[in-house]
Amino acid sequence: MKKIHIKNGRLVDPANGIDAVQDLFIDGGLIAAVGIAPDGFVAERTIDASGLVVAPGLVDLSARLREPGYEFKATLESEMLAAMQGGVTSLVCPPDTDPVLDEPGLVEMLKHRARNLHQAHVHPLGALTVGLKGVALTEMAELTEAGCIGFSQAEVPVEDTNVLLRALQYANTFGYTVWLRPQDAHIGAGGIAHAGPLASRLGLSGVPVMAETIALHTIFELVRSTGARVHLCRMSSAAGLELVRAAKKEGLPVTCDVGVHHLHMTDADIGFFDSNARLTPPLRSQRDRDAIRAGLLDGTVDAVCSDHTPVDDDEKLLPFGEASPGATGLELLLALMVKWADDQHAVGSDSSALSRALAKVTIDAARVAGLPAGDLAVGNAADVVLFDPAARWLVNGAALASQGKHTPFLGYELTGQVRATIVAGRVAYER
Amino acid sequence: MPITTTTDFDAEALYRTLLEQVRAGLAGVPDAAIVGIHSGGAWLAQRLAADLDLTNRLGSIDVSFYRDDYAKKGLHPDVKPTHIGFNVDRAHIVLVDDVLYTGRTTRAAINVLFDYGRPARIMLAALADRAGRELPVAADFVGVHAELKDGQSLSLQRGDDGQLSLTVEEESEEPRA
Amino acid sequence: MLNPQLNKNGELQHLLSIEGLPKSIVNHILDTASSFVSISDREVKKVPLMRGKSVFNLFFENSTRTRTTFEIASKRLSADVINLNIQASSASKGESLLDTIDNLSAMHADMFVVRHAQSGAPYLIAKHLIDTKQSHVHVVNAGDGRHAHPTQGLLDMYTIRHYKKDFTNLTVAIVGDILHSRVARSDIHALTTLGVPEVRAIAPHTLLPGALEQMGVRVFTNMDEGLKGVDVIIMLRLQNERMSGALLPSAQEYFKSYGLTPERLALAKPDAIVMHPGPMNRGVEIDSAVADGPQAVILPQVTFGIAVRMAVMSILAGGHA
Repeated sequence: MKKIHIKNGRLVDPANGIDAVQDLFIDGGLIAAVGIAPDGFVAERTIDASGLVVAPGLVDLSARLREPGYEFKATLESEMLAAMQGGVTSLVCPPDTDPVLDEPGLVEMLKHRARNLHQAHVHPLGALTVGLKGVALTEMAELTEAGCIGFSQAEVPVEDTNVLLRALQYANTFGYTVWLRPQDAHIGAGGIAHAGPLASRLGLSGVPVMAETIALHTIFELVRSTGARVHLCRMSSAAGLELVRAAKKEGLPVTCDVGVHHLHMTDADIGFFDSNARLTPPLRSQRDRDAIRAGLLDGTVDAVCSDHTPVDDDEKLLPFGEASPGATGLELLLALMVKWADDQHAVGSDSSALSRALAKVTIDAARVAGLPAGDLAVGNAADVVLFDPAARWLVNGAALASQGKHTPFLGYELTGQVRATIVAGRVAYER
Repeated sequence: MPITTTTDFDAEALYRTLLEQVRAGLAGVPDAAIVGIHSGGAWLAQRLAADLDLTNRLGSIDVSFYRDDYAKKGLHPDVKPTHIGFNVDRAHIVLVDDVLYTGRTTRAAINVLFDYGRPARIMLAALADRAGRELPVAADFVGVHAELKDGQSLSLQRGDDGQLSLTVEEESEEPRA
Repeated sequence: MLNPQLNKNGELQHLLSIEGLPKSIVNHILDTASSFVSISDREVKKVPLMRGKSVFNLFFENSTRTRTTFEIASKRLSADVINLNIQASSASKGESLLDTIDNLSAMHADMFVVRHAQSGAPYLIAKHLIDTKQSHVHVVNAGDGRHAHPTQGLLDMYTIRHYKKDFTNLTVAIVGDILHSRVARSDIHALTTLGVPEVRAIAPHTLLPGALEQMGVRVFTNMDEGLKGVDVIIMLRLQNERMSGALLPSAQEYFKSYGLTPERLALAKPDAIVMHPGPMNRGVEIDSAVADGPQAVILPQVTFGIAVRMAVMSILAGGHA
């Protein structure tokens, strides 16, 4: 295990309230010291981080690795490299693989494969019901033992409310967190865009906000009754966030995240039927986007994730309604959080914008997932990202390591580029 | 006929000249008919048909859909209706245009006529013939042979009283065929 | 993103939707169409404008009548017409849409007339042609999903102009399944572009798209109210094949509240005209007495449709001054 000295970098560690030029010392895979070298520390490697930001490695609450089952879309190797390029050192993957992650053996295999790459820490979510079919509960205790950190239905709503009730009761027995998309099974089913003026004009079948709020009401009632801890995945609407705000005020054990695309884009970004903007949940109106931004600032929204979903050309170069929803995101998450911070700077907010932005993809995300990550206190795992907050880069196929080359940000120039990613004290990636 | 290079023409006098030539050319000809090319040729054709008592054998053609410059210039914006009020088959037609220049308009007009039937003969009458042919076309009846410089064009106008006038215009665009 | 319909000089290179077309281009198409109307009266109903050009009718959604009118229009322009009836299929079942386009372009297609079940499909094709530098190949949208049917919108405007002359003092009502109707959307855009001061939509709530007012439309759910004093009534077909999920109880009930009967027609102006894109469902959206009556201009619409399509194709295929 190397002794690493990272010097002259701007250390931004939101968990510990640090945003200052300070050195960082790594030893034995852990943070050895912050600011001043430990006694007798002789660095085996010194990294000069002048002009760079040194931060905890990002914690991404949703990234699809496409294994097992979808290797033609992407492989573990390519997506894990994408994570390194994006500075993501811990990631949570949803259970909608093929086969579905509802058996301990599959979870162990995935964790084993990921471990051998010595890149990001992979934390799978187990399926809440067998095959995600919403009928029979999975062996949640066995799956947790195999490495699952929570249980989810991915994007498949549970039609039978009674099954959802039983699933929450069972999960709560063991203190497991259930990760749910608030999405009614029937309202807006088949919808491909936000039900609003744009979808009406373009003749695209719409998903009304009601599909989210009706599901939220149901979920909160079930939480009240069971006391189960629920994490709400990919909030998309102002009305939905209002309900979450009220639920938190009431004291319900709920947290929520948003996809990073919804922080920046609206349904107008569909433009002339650009299938790169086909996402689930759909990009909604300006009002909804503004509510997401406000929700991040007032704590209603706990974390931001990439919702990384590699989709290949065959499934995107199609008419809007036939294209598969999803966008590649592991390599854009950091730059898009920097963009949000920069946008706030532009309207004259104080300089803590970057720290606030990074918190949402480090310590706050880690807390949601219950992971010991996103925190550079002494004695913690040395998962660190070094990035240039001013470097500009063009989003195109060549710049992305992921096999999914489709993102609504194609052709955009973004600011913020990773120079090195350190996992467990080892430099796993360098530009 | 002498070549005239004045800036002004007596259109009415030229018309009378043309009328006598056409009258002589149609003497004894069966199934005669007059067809004018919009817009100037059509006005002339109307006058000729009236003066030659051929008003029931009169037609007018718009060649916009038959021009050879469609691929370069697209459709002409102002298309007039084409109307042939007689049977083209076996007819002896006098095709009338105001100015004969490159010959491309005549070529297009002949194509239009052949879409309507098979005439026995087509003769061409032009109020003014300016040199500059790009196709092997010649007029049978001509009011005046005019010589113009590059950038000049001839324009036939008809007043509210029906009086014709023929003037020389300086143009910056390409002159009409 | 630039509107792929117009080239750098603002000239029409593809006809994809009436939305985004400048009023001058709409008027140019209508004016050109009027010069083509008389060709149908000639013995030889042809002009050589598109001689030697190949028009490929790519119909991913069945339609005999629209395809036939495009075929007639193409042949009147002396073009060669190739009809391809491709059943709607997902990419996994067969060749992808763009692969089909590339193959046909390799056969020297000059124009694609495309009908597709998905809104936006013609845009994908147009963008692909622009990206692969095939600017000599033009796309005409013959109907994409619910989004647009621009040639229908244009021929409807031609019809209105023919009978009413001045758009700026008209009240026009569109009646029926607006939610699923690409004709309705194209008509709305065309009417507002041409300056019609009042455009009305009449339908039950389940057949109205959200935010219709934002497209410049006054919404009525009561047909008697909506038809008062109207100059033009555009009846839409009940789109049975597009309906799913409990939108209407039955055709009989629909006719009771939304069918155009002689009594309802009498609420409009006495010289109001009745239009329908066809095919009609007699006794469902329109009473036979009205469809066959003196105020209906449904058959002239079909005749005008050929001239309008000839105008669109010849404007696209011609050079640009």
